[in-house]
Amino acid sequence: MSDAPRRPPFPEECGGSPSRRRFLAGAAAAVGAAILTACKGGSIEEFLQRQFHQLSPAEVEVLIARLEREHMEKFGSSVRVGNEPPIPGIEFGYALDLSRCIGCRRCVYACVRENNQSRDPQIHWIRVLEMEKERGVNIHHADPYYDHDLVPAEGHFYMPVQCHQCKNPPCVKVCPVRATWQEPDGITVVDYNWCIGCRYCMAACPYGARHFNWGEPTLPAGELNPETHLLGNRPRPKGVVEKCTFCIQRVRKGLYPACVEACPTGTRKFGNLLDPESEVRYVLEHKRVYIFKEDLNTQPRFFYYYGA
Amino acid sequence: MTAGAVLLLAALALGPATVAGAPKEDFRVPPPPLTEGIFPCSECHASMEVDRRRRDLTDMHDDIVLKHDEEHRWCLDCHAPDDRDRLRLAGGQLIGFSESYLLCGQCHGDKLRDWKVGVHGKRTGSWNGPKQYLLCAHCHDPHAPRFKPMKPEPPPVRPGQAVRPGEADHE
Repeated sequence: MSDAPRRPPFPEECGGSPSRRRFLAGAAAAVGAAILTACKGGSIEEFLQRQFHQLSPAEVEVLIARLEREHMEKFGSSVRVGNEPPIPGIEFGYALDLSRCIGCRRCVYACVRENNQSRDPQIHWIRVLEMEKERGVNIHHADPYYDHDLVPAEGHFYMPVQCHQCKNPPCVKVCPVRATWQEPDGITVVDYNWCIGCRYCMAACPYGARHFNWGEPTLPAGELNPETHLLGNRPRPKGVVEKCTFCIQRVRKGLYPACVEACPTGTRKFGNLLDPESEVRYVLEHKRVYIFKEDLNTQPRFFYYYGA
Repeated sequence: MTAGAVLLLAALALGPATVAGAPKEDFRVPPPPLTEGIFPCSECHASMEVDRRRRDLTDMHDDIVLKHDEEHRWCLDCHAPDDRDRLRLAGGQLIGFSESYLLCGQCHGDKLRDWKVGVHGKRTGSWNGPKQYLLCAHCHDPHAPRFKPMKPEPPPVRPGQAVRPGEADHE
């Protein structure tokens, strides 16, 4: 928990100042309680909870305590919901070597385990595309469902796609309720309690990096990763959107993302874009770099390169 | 014979960093991936006469099929004939197995350069702190270095398909 000032809440021109919102919330409490008895799931606290930036540090603590209690009830084991703030002077970046990826999907399942994605309905934050070497990067001929005995398959190359943590993120722009935003370290996060499930962000994202919980997420209790982050891998409810956060619960503690550690070929590189000594900066300065859908001006912090 | 011994002693005294002729660099690597029970090699080789003739091995190590520029090299190009517990650089300097990247880097200099900065190969640990490196030999069999194909994890389910076959879609 930090006392670092969060960025300002809704600007005035967006309408709805906190006090008005609080008044309405109070007035609606009685109605809300009536509705809640009819709706399944969700506590009064959750119903009355405000957007993340409007919470005071004390309120965040209350929220975390409530979430930890709820997860405990649901999974029968203790879950730590962290709230590590962004580290000043850090902007995370990612580089992936297209010449080395063999399409083994180890990253996909390491991500699922680390980030508590729903097993059924299945959610994968990383999608590995198989493409023909002869055609180059051409998503009209990309197959994410390849199922070979052994990879890499002759004449093919592989391109894992996940959230590009854009500097100009279309998903953030279209969110009607500001349930998703860019953190100062470049990670785009989702407030799962504020998301209304409209899925505009999914339509806006050119990388297919956002995923919707169409059903109640299932997560076997034994497979729950108890080290979570409030804006990252804590268990999600049904009806909200989720996405890759570069493993916010790991990277803000100095660890590499789970996909980097799982990759058997060293295809994945991660580091601070503002540090000239970092691995990503070396790649950007010495290798041939490819930016996926660069023409859309999303300005990704995720780069593909050709390292061989 | 004596000259060789002197050279060896000198190399030992100077230590690995100076032997490589490079400033001391610290790469945290796990122990080299030697076959269980095979090290120290001198355990067997100390009592054996060194046979420098290039030949096919039949009595021992016949499981090693060299697929690494095999037309031009053989065992003693990399393994030191007079000190089997160490490797031998082209210049004759001896290095330990945990420094084998120096040997590989003699030919694959571009890879060594990228490896040192953490771009070739896999790094674990901390992006802003100490990193664990892997030796070349942890991923590439030095005798047949081409990366072996592997079985991929299962593909994602297609939209509208149940995760477990035979189950109705989420209802």
